[in-house]
Amino acid sequence: MKDQEFVPYFVPYMERTRLFYRAQGFEKDYVWAHFEATPFSKPEKPLEDCVVTVVTTAVAHPKIPKPTRKAESIPFAETPAQFDTSELSWDKETTHTEDRQSYFPLEVLNKLAGQGIIKSVSKRFHFVPTQYSQGATINDDAPAIAKACRNDEVDIALLIPL
Amino acid sequence: MDIVTHCKVPRYLHNNLPLGNPLGSPGDRETQMKSVLEALKLAVSSEHSVVQVSDACWKGNDHWKENYNKVDQSNHEELLRLGKENRRKRAENKARGLSR
Repeated sequence: MKDQEFVPYFVPYMERTRLFYRAQGFEKDYVWAHFEATPFSKPEKPLEDCVVTVVTTAVAHPKIPKPTRKAESIPFAETPAQFDTSELSWDKETTHTEDRQSYFPLEVLNKLAGQGIIKSVSKRFHFVPTQYSQGATINDDAPAIAKACRNDEVDIALLIPL
Repeated sequence: MDIVTHCKVPRYLHNNLPLGNPLGSPGDRETQMKSVLEALKLAVSSEHSVVQVSDACWKGNDHWKENYNKVDQSNHEELLRLGKENRRKRAENKARGLSR
């Protein structure tokens, strides 16, 4: 008899979310962004020559009201000791976000730069807000972050949403 | 996993962990380091769009997979209340011009 193959179970977040909000009385289901194809390009240099940055959904400036938050490029030197994650949707019953390194890898990137595994950490990281408007993301936030990355001569951007 | 693959991104490294700690569980420095290294390696070595599942796993039981945003009779009333509150807040924000 063949050994039973281990099949990992991934939470069906889209279905779970649809049912969750229907149960809250929302009549229209959320429509997730979808693309048939994705632009792809391979860096032309090895990892040790790459400048790396981070794009996060964790909130550095919580005083700005959530509905009006826009993409921001913030010096790594001004990384808050704790981001505000309270308004984001994550599993608040199972885990916590008190360990910044569990979602924002500044220490790891500094270590990799120190070891020469990457060239350096970029001057700035980037905040992208989690709002319902795909238009705001596609037309405003993403281009603003791409422009800032080009200005900072970034080779690799790690998108690490919570 | 389903949301990111629906959207489609150039490269995706999936850690099968509860939402909130995408790089590794709190305090798990080894997984946090490994996640970043694996992602960077994907960035420089992939020849085409790719989805990779890491071997990171949650140290506790698997109940979180069933419990996240669960809907049942026990939270029916609470969810309706949350929905009302959510819609009230959105309307209030709109009235105050707080939108993009």
